Amino acid sequence: MVTAEQVWSALEEIPDPEIPVISLVDLGVIRDVSVDGDRVRVELTPTFLGCPALEAMRRALADAVTNLGGEPDVAVITDDSWSTDRITPAGREKLREAGFAPPAPRAAGATTLVQLQSRAFRCPYCGSTDTRLENIFGPTPCRSIRWCAGCRQPFEQFKTI
Amino acid sequence: MSARSDLLLTLADDELVLGWRDSEWTGVAPTLEEDVAFSSIAQNEIGHARALYELAAVELGTDADALAFDREPEDYRCAPLVELRLLDDWALTIARRYLYEEADRLRIGTLMSSEDRELAGLAAKIDREEVYHRLHAELWAARLRDEPRFAAAVERLWPYALGMLPGEQRAELARRVGRNGAAAIHERGSHTPELAELWNEMTEVRRSAPGAQW
Repeated sequence: MVTAEQVWSALEEIPDPEIPVISLVDLGVIRDVSVDGDRVRVELTPTFLGCPALEAMRRALADAVTNLGGEPDVAVITDDSWSTDRITPAGREKLREAGFAPPAPRAAGATTLVQLQSRAFRCPYCGSTDTRLENIFGPTPCRSIRWCAGCRQPFEQFKTI
Repeated sequence: MSARSDLLLTLADDELVLGWRDSEWTGVAPTLEEDVAFSSIAQNEIGHARALYELAAVELGTDADALAFDREPEDYRCAPLVELRLLDDWALTIARRYLYEEADRLRIGTLMSSEDRELAGLAAKIDREEVYHRLHAELWAARLRDEPRFAAAVERLWPYALGMLPGEQRAELARRVGRNGAAAIHERGSHTPELAELWNEMTEVRRSAPGAQW
């Protein structure tokens, strides 16, 4: 019989479909794993609702459970339980190493333009905080584009949500 | 149909149709950065529509795609504001984004405190993403504030913006955008001729092969 620990270990090996340097567990999108006999329920929360990787994630989770001999029941939960604060410290470091600036911690209120224009954002390549916002939006819903004046190149900054 | 499903379809139809209209700027926006921004905003709005349709679909015994694409144009509940084809007029497009986000912020705020936990949870998730749409709209509205063309665009769309919200929320919307009521409001329930044209395009592939699995 499959145990929840085995399932969690298997899920730690599943890369994010869009940013394969980070696992779904590090991304914090696995909300819960519960085992009842052969039946394994995995609760998944999307990062952004329009994220096209959602279907690929759902399939990868189901396959991982099947490979362990379990019967998968993957539920997509569209409530407010995911935020970028759920990305693990290890996950943040993997993002940074791959050239994606990890998200700033959530503040008490909603993100403001003043915050986005502040110097709190560090370039993932050279470490400079002399960076500026280029575009609130980027190549995927989860990222913004910033410019680093230190190493004179653009970089992708994870949005805080 | 329950009041809940009706509300979900209203919200979803607004987001779907606006998502389509915003996506029309992909590739032809005035700057490359705005190509990226409008494409991303459109993707989010259509993602919100999908989540809202999925919630409604459970109760209505169908699926999100059927709700999005298999209804007749007159059965959509979207407000006339989102139907307007504003392509090639940047001032009107920004005016719509600004007015829509202000109205949407009001209704999402109400839903977040709903006793329906499923709906409140989804509204809170949508709200996190909408924060970035609002920042984009606020940036542009501030940049264009002194341009007569932008002022005229807001003036023209204001009666449409009021039509997005139920009567009791309109005074608050007017307060937030610094305007007064309007004489003839373009109410939800009536449709512009532009919706039928958009519907033709939006459902064309799906209608070409009914029942196909993609």
